[in-house]
Amino acid sequence: MTAGTSAPNTAPKPPGADLPEHPDHLWRDAEPKKAYDVVIVGGGGHGLATAHYLAKLGITNVAVLEKGWLAGGNMARNTTLIRSNYLWDESAGIYERALELWEGLEEDLDYPILFSQRGVLNLAHTEQDVRDSVRRVEANKLNGIDAEWLGPDEVAKVCPIVNVSSDIRYPVQGATFQPRAGIAKHDYVAWGFARRASEAGIDIIQDCEVTGFVTGGSGADRVTGVRTTRGTIAAGTVALCAAGHTSTLLDMLGVRAPLQSHPLQALVSELLEPVHPTIVMSNAVHVYVSQAHKGELVMGAGVDSYNGYGQRGAFHVIERQMAAAVELFPVFARAHLLRSWAGIVDVTPDASPIIGHTPYENVFLNCGWGTGGFKATPGLGWAFADTLAHGRPHPLVAPFGLDRFVSGALVDEHGAAAVAH
Amino acid sequence: MQLITCPWCGPREEIEFSYGGQAGVAYPEHPASLTDEQWAHFVFFRDNPKGPFAERWSHNAGCRRWFTAVRDTRTYRFLSSPTSNPELTS
Repeated sequence: MTAGTSAPNTAPKPPGADLPEHPDHLWRDAEPKKAYDVVIVGGGGHGLATAHYLAKLGITNVAVLEKGWLAGGNMARNTTLIRSNYLWDESAGIYERALELWEGLEEDLDYPILFSQRGVLNLAHTEQDVRDSVRRVEANKLNGIDAEWLGPDEVAKVCPIVNVSSDIRYPVQGATFQPRAGIAKHDYVAWGFARRASEAGIDIIQDCEVTGFVTGGSGADRVTGVRTTRGTIAAGTVALCAAGHTSTLLDMLGVRAPLQSHPLQALVSELLEPVHPTIVMSNAVHVYVSQAHKGELVMGAGVDSYNGYGQRGAFHVIERQMAAAVELFPVFARAHLLRSWAGIVDVTPDASPIIGHTPYENVFLNCGWGTGGFKATPGLGWAFADTLAHGRPHPLVAPFGLDRFVSGALVDEHGAAAVAH
Repeated sequence: MQLITCPWCGPREEIEFSYGGQAGVAYPEHPASLTDEQWAHFVFFRDNPKGPFAERWSHNAGCRRWFTAVRDTRTYRFLSSPTSNPELTS
């Protein structure tokens, strides 16, 4: 700054004043070519992250097809929570790998993603909650994941605005705490991945909906191309990263998967001064809350009960979520709701994702992340790119194959993740 | 919140109902003869269409009886008059 410019402004800044400006141009809005080595269906977080890590492996003749606009589905609708304190070894492996990558992602992408490791409290409200939570803390420690059990007084020290009094309907009996958990700005994450992938020569093709698949080859167990609203594109390998719309793609291929698409709602309050220093989740009363950098309280709930693709949900779900939030955080009682929305999440019977082979030898599946796909974005992208490059599941995603529903080797994360992710 | 028509009680608020998923999934006639794959498909695999879907609903907070209805999963609109007959799935 040169001398003579205005004196330092000491007036209090409005929330969000320190956020970076939006950039003009981050990626090429590509036209589809006739053929690619890899076609990724779905230009959300997982598709873009997979493209980025494919480029790192030297595979750049890749297209990412997005039926709408880049990262306009669940990537724009999630509540941005990042944590790895899952119960089972299989989940801990992939989510902890993701968290490690999150910790270096700004440097890797050379782009700000506002990753803020502010910790997550998972509240326990009943004796059974307490037992399950302590068990999960011990399981996390055995997997090298930071985790501790906090009593109600310690919960209040970490997050003073949580009501830990004993006179509420579901008193807080304690909480698990993962200090390395956090939030990131989801749009910036998507843009950062898209920018890197595009720089490497990968085509990101928006407004390009897949309408069918061309099968052929020996025994018709290969997909040779993808039919889209912008023409047919030949593909060496096809990677499905379509989240809540995976079933519509699999129906075109005649493949069944145990997925049910549900609306999942979230909402934000108006901008408030910083009041909430961490993330609080409560499976028992169905709410999770953090405060975004700009100052909105960001809240999510459980899924709407019925199947739906409408990207909206029922009001009574939000009403219950608000009731739970206000009981846990009396200070929120006068906050105003700014907006609410829904994403379409693909839920599996064991609340774990489905990743790996399909009956078509060159079509790979990544779906079933349900309500918790955002936190896995870099870890999944890293492992899925390796899967596509080598034509076999990476060891971190191998336990999540479609065949587990036949073998019975489920990864039952309902205890750790059924409602809130 | 939308109104759902119970075939016995008439239109009631959505919160009175609970969802039972895809209709017309019959218990296997000879369960012991199923392969693991067939059993997995019976237990875990359900249709997930984007469009009309025949579903089971229970009027939990009312008559507590089950019925079948066709609903469009894009609009959430109920398309048919609900029926008490689980075999009528379209």
